[in-house]
Amino acid sequence: MFFRDQGEMLPERPAPITEVGIVGWLRINLFSSYGNTALTLVSAALLALIVPPFVAWGLIDAQFSGDTGAVCSGVGACWAWLDQRLGQFFYGFYPADAHWRVNVTALLLVPALLYVLVDNLPGAKFGRWFSYVYPLLAAYLLVGGFGLEVISTDKFGGFMLNMVVGLTGIVLSLPVGILLALGRQSRLPVIRLLSITFIEAVRGVPLITLLFVAIVLLQLFLPPEVSLDQLLRVIIMVTLFASAYMAEVVRGGLQAIPKGQIEGAQAVGLGYWQTMRLIVLPQALRISIPGIVNTFIGLFKDTTLVIIIGLFDLLGHARLLQTNPDWIGDVDHEAYLFSAAVFFVICFLMSRYSVSLEKQLSQDRH
Amino acid sequence: MIATTRRVLSCAVLAAFALPGIVGTAHGATLDDVRAADELKCGINTGLAGFANTDDAGNWVGFDVDYCKALAAAVLGDASKIQYVSLTGKNRFPALQAGEIEVLARNTTWTFSRDVDLGLTFVGVNYYDGQGFLGPKSLGVSSATELDGASVCIQTGTTTELNLADFFRTHNMAYEPVPIETNSEARAAYEADRCDVYTSDASGLAATKATFDNPDDHMVLPEIISKEPLGPVVRQGDDQWADITRWVLNALISAEELGVTQANVEALAQDGGSDNPEVQRLLGSEGSMGAMLGLDADWAARAIMAVGNYSEIFARHLGPDTRLGLERGLNALYSAGGILYSPPFR
Repeated sequence: MFFRDQGEMLPERPAPITEVGIVGWLRINLFSSYGNTALTLVSAALLALIVPPFVAWGLIDAQFSGDTGAVCSGVGACWAWLDQRLGQFFYGFYPADAHWRVNVTALLLVPALLYVLVDNLPGAKFGRWFSYVYPLLAAYLLVGGFGLEVISTDKFGGFMLNMVVGLTGIVLSLPVGILLALGRQSRLPVIRLLSITFIEAVRGVPLITLLFVAIVLLQLFLPPEVSLDQLLRVIIMVTLFASAYMAEVVRGGLQAIPKGQIEGAQAVGLGYWQTMRLIVLPQALRISIPGIVNTFIGLFKDTTLVIIIGLFDLLGHARLLQTNPDWIGDVDHEAYLFSAAVFFVICFLMSRYSVSLEKQLSQDRH
Repeated sequence: MIATTRRVLSCAVLAAFALPGIVGTAHGATLDDVRAADELKCGINTGLAGFANTDDAGNWVGFDVDYCKALAAAVLGDASKIQYVSLTGKNRFPALQAGEIEVLARNTTWTFSRDVDLGLTFVGVNYYDGQGFLGPKSLGVSSATELDGASVCIQTGTTTELNLADFFRTHNMAYEPVPIETNSEARAAYEADRCDVYTSDASGLAATKATFDNPDDHMVLPEIISKEPLGPVVRQGDDQWADITRWVLNALISAEELGVTQANVEALAQDGGSDNPEVQRLLGSEGSMGAMLGLDADWAARAIMAVGNYSEIFARHLGPDTRLGLERGLNALYSAGGILYSPPFR
C-alpha cells in the first residue's frame, strides 16, 4: 500500500502526450505492439507502392474528353467515353426521352426505402403505405400503360436493370425464404417435403443454369403463342434462387431459438402463426441479419449474370464498350473499374446498414 | 465450380438441341409471323467489334446488324422494325429453334453438322473467314506447326475449339487450352500473358492486333487452319422464309456487282432508270421477282436503300477506314480476286 502523506493533492496534469491526440491515437491503433508496428509499416509501404501510381494513372495522366479511344495515350486511364456512354451504363436501351421516368422511380425509391429501413421518421404511418405501394408505382412508371407510353422490358438495361432485378429479388426473396424455412421445419410431411425438395434442388443448381432454363428451355415447353416476358422470367428465377438460400439462413436463426420459448407461447394460448410472428421470428430474424444481408449482397451481384441470356446490365454495357470499334483496347480496365465502383457503393451501403441495424437491435435487447 | 457449371450448362444445351425434335417444328409461315408482329426478331452477337455493337446513342450497328436491317426493309418496308436479340455462342441455336428469333445473323460458321443435324438452314455466306493464331513475336515462333506445348486462349462453344483440337492432333502436338467466354476477355487474357497464343477467326485477330498498344510486337501466324464461312441462319422447314433471307443477301452482293449503291438506287429503280435488264429485275422495274418471294416489287431496292450494297456495308463497319482496318481479301467479288459470288437474278 502506498499513501501520500502530505495532505495536499498534486495539481491536475494533462495526460501524457503518448496517450492523447494524434500521437496517442497512433500509438494505440497502429503501434501498440511489435507485431502491429510491423504490420503498419508493411501496409504503409504497400499503400505507398500502389496508391501514387494508381492516382497518376486514374486521374493525373488520364484522358477525360474525346470521341474515340484514339485520343487516349495509353499512359493514363481513358475516361473519355464517360461523356457519351454514361447514359447507356445507367439506362441501357431505355428511350432517352423517357429517362425521366427512371429518374423519378429512382428518386421515389429513396423515401420508399427510408420508411422501411429507418424507424421514427416523421409521417411514418403514411410513409409505410407509400413503401408498400411503391413497387406498383415503379412498375407503372418503368413499363408504362394507362396514359404513359409502353416501353417493352427488353429496353431495360444498364444499372437500372441491376436495380430492378436486384431489388425485386430482395423484396420477394425474404418472405418466400421465411415461408420455406418454416415449411422445412413444419410437422406436416407434405409441406416439409416440398420445402426440402425445392431448397435442395435450387441450391444444387448454378444460377446461370436456372436462367438458361428460364430463357431457352421454357419456351420449348410452352406453346408458341404463350410468351412470358424475358425480364419477368429472370426476376422469377433470381427470386427463387435467392429464396432457397434465404430459407437456410433463416432456418439457422430459427434453430437458435430455445424450444422453451415455443412451448411457453403455446402455454399462454398462442396459435402457430401467432407464435411465429410474435415470439420466434423477431428473434430468429435478428440473429440472421448478417446472413440475410449476405444473401442480399450476393443476389445483387448475381444480377450481372443476365448477360448470358442477352440482357445488358451495367457490366453488359461495359463489355459492349470494350468491344466497340471506337474504343476497343483502350478501355478494358476503365470500364470494369467503373462498374466495380458502382457495385461497391451499393453493396457497401447494404453492409453498413446491416451493421447499424445489428447495433440498434442489440441495444433494444438491454 | 466452374467446371461443374460448364458441365451442367452443356447438359442444358444438349437438352435444348434434342428438344425441338420432340416438341416438333410447328413453325409454319415465318413471313406471316413477322408481318403479324410487324417486327423482325433478329439474333445478333452480344458485342463483336464491327459485326454487332452499340453506338454512342445506344443503337445497334455493325456488319451483321446491317443484314438484319436489309431484311427488315425488304420484308416490312422499314429497317427500324427490328427487335435485336443478343445471343452468346451457347444459346444462339436454342433461341433460333425455340422461335425466339426469326433469323440468326451472328457470325455463325456454316458446318455440316449444324446445317444437317441441328435442323438449321444456312442461307448463304456474308463473310469468308478462317481460323488463325495471334502470338507475340518474342515467342520466336514463325509457324503454327511449332506450337507444340503452347497454351492457347480460345473461345468456348465455337467451331474454333474443335478446329484447334483437330489441328494439334493431325500435327501430333500437345497444347494447353485456356477457355475464355468472350472475345474481349480473350484479348485481356492474352495481353496478361495467360496464354502463349490466341486463336480465333483471322478477321478478329487482325482487329485485335490493331488495337494493341504496340501492334508490331505481335504477329498473326501464316497458317489458316480452317474454313469459316459465316452467314445468316434460319430454322429448317420454311422454304419461303429461307428463300427470302437468302435472296436479300444475294441482292446486296449483286448490287455491288451491278454498281447499285445506296446513293443511286432510287434513281435506278425508276422506270427507265437503268438500261441493264438485271438491274431492272433486281430493283423490280421489270419482272415479278418480288411476287415470287411473297414480297412486293421494291423489296431489294428498299434493302439497298436502307444499308447500301455489300461493299458499302463492308467499308462502313470493317474496311480500311474503320479502326478494324480489314481488307476485302476473300470477301472481294469473284471479279476482283475474291470468292464472293451471287447467283444471277433471272
